[in-house]
Amino acid sequence: MKSLLPILTVLLAIVALWYGAAVWLNSAWTYDQAERAGTTVTFAELVGDTMAQDRPVLPAPHQVLKGLWDGVAGQAVTSKRSLVYHGWFTLSATLVGFVIGTGLGILLAVGIIHNRAMDLSVMPWAIASQTVPILAIAPMVIVVLASQGITGLLPKAIISAYLSFFPVVVGMVKGLRSPDQMQLDLLTTYNASRPETFWKLRLPASMPYLFASLKVSVAASLVGAIVGELPSGATVGLGARLLSGSYYGQTVQIWAALFAAAILAAGLVIVIGGIERATLRRMGMAQ
Amino acid sequence: MTYLQPSNLAVGPEQHSMDRAVGGPETGDGMRDMAATAAPVIEARGLDLTFDTADGAVHALKDVNLSVAKGEFVSFIGPSGCGKTTFLRCIAALETPTSGTLTVNGMSADEARQKRAYGYVFQAAGLYPWRTISGNIRLPLEIMGFDKAEQFARVEKVLDLVELKGFGNKFPWQLSGGMQQRASIARALAFDADILLMDEPFGALDEIVRDRLNEELLKLWARTGKTIAFVTHSIPEAVYLSTKIVVMSPRPGRITDVIDSPLPRERPLDIRDSAAFIEIAHRVREGLRHGHGDEV
Repeated sequence: MKSLLPILTVLLAIVALWYGAAVWLNSAWTYDQAERAGTTVTFAELVGDTMAQDRPVLPAPHQVLKGLWDGVAGQAVTSKRSLVYHGWFTLSATLVGFVIGTGLGILLAVGIIHNRAMDLSVMPWAIASQTVPILAIAPMVIVVLASQGITGLLPKAIISAYLSFFPVVVGMVKGLRSPDQMQLDLLTTYNASRPETFWKLRLPASMPYLFASLKVSVAASLVGAIVGELPSGATVGLGARLLSGSYYGQTVQIWAALFAAAILAAGLVIVIGGIERATLRRMGMAQ
Repeated sequence: MTYLQPSNLAVGPEQHSMDRAVGGPETGDGMRDMAATAAPVIEARGLDLTFDTADGAVHALKDVNLSVAKGEFVSFIGPSGCGKTTFLRCIAALETPTSGTLTVNGMSADEARQKRAYGYVFQAAGLYPWRTISGNIRLPLEIMGFDKAEQFARVEKVLDLVELKGFGNKFPWQLSGGMQQRASIARALAFDADILLMDEPFGALDEIVRDRLNEELLKLWARTGKTIAFVTHSIPEAVYLSTKIVVMSPRPGRITDVIDSPLPRERPLDIRDSAAFIEIAHRVREGLRHGHGDEV
């Protein structure tokens, strides 16, 4: 309960700031309309109008909430206007991308710590890959794969994996190298082989690092999946929802889709956090 | 360096007289026991080790000669940088000497390591936090391919040896530092190597816990008959535990004195107040001071 108060305070401050910004940003339109009609508006009318515009520059929080609620609960989940429907497409690409990215990340990390050539060569490429804007890569992936007849979920998942493998590589290299010299010496005294050292020491020792990486990478996966939906002219997915919203100036729709994506990301991170706690407790590493 | 030559079992004439002076007649049996044992378990001849560091070569070990018989308890004592840990790591084949010969159980140190000839106890317990105490003790047994039933039987046996019965299912963080170190000794004992190498195992523990563990270690040694090589920088600990005390000094790391303790094998804690004990401690302290005298 004690922690609730600061959280609510910050939330309230953000909402208040948002309403203020909505009045300020949307007032231009209200003044415009009033001028055309040759009337003047009082402050109360101004405030009332800025919160109820069809296409506000910045929708007020309650408009976004209403858009979100309509999108989630106000439609059949099979409807093209349903955020659940679109969210599912994005989520499935996210999860497939996350699995590919995590797998690739772990494999690369294992290679990096066991092979000197990979140690020297892979990391610079991995870092370089993340300095290229994903928006520039995504259309090429879509086009190349489409030319091979691959469309739909997989191209999105690959873009998602492109973003999500990186935190896993970085975290796992650090995690697999986290055992100190003494722990490695101990296994040397047992004449343990490299695979034994990996399975019995390096891998378990890397678990806290892996989960920290997974939380970053699952959020990156979602961003990747959404970005993957933008250039493909996709008609489904939260990215498509964002795109169509911006085509038609439906700001409420954009914000509702944004919030849906944020909630989805938060949910994914919470799920990973839950798995992390359960795993580490089972391993005796969390009290 | 002319005052005290590196020596192994050989004891100079004046040392003999001291032995007689400090040791009572009851020590005779223990001495004969040691002399009767055959080929040395650990034997170093002219061992040299130089580390190449960024600041130039560091002479970690210089002309180390030592032989340790089966069932002995050897302590290595000296200031930091004297090479005592390095020498222990050479025996364990965790370091490779630059020159000289070193045999363990009649083989090269590395062959002995591959045959799992020794258990090594490090300065820190180094238990895996994700394994229970029992799981930690099973670690070497799993690697060495003991079957499951045998693993658990051995865990029970060694937990009993280090007086940790009933703690098998606890995680390391649930145990005190002293108990963790005992668990790490149990882990080193589990696969029944004849040699136990211990690198300042009680260095991080407080005096009271340390006394108790020293006492238990002696009992354990008496029960198992293992050969123990023990690194320490505590004079009372070295004198209390050992049948042979190897005094070392730094830059370059070398042996300055080897003292065969005349104390009986059976050692209650209060033996540390006896005249014999104080005599040996004095000699160790003198040896340490002379080692330093070369430098300053």
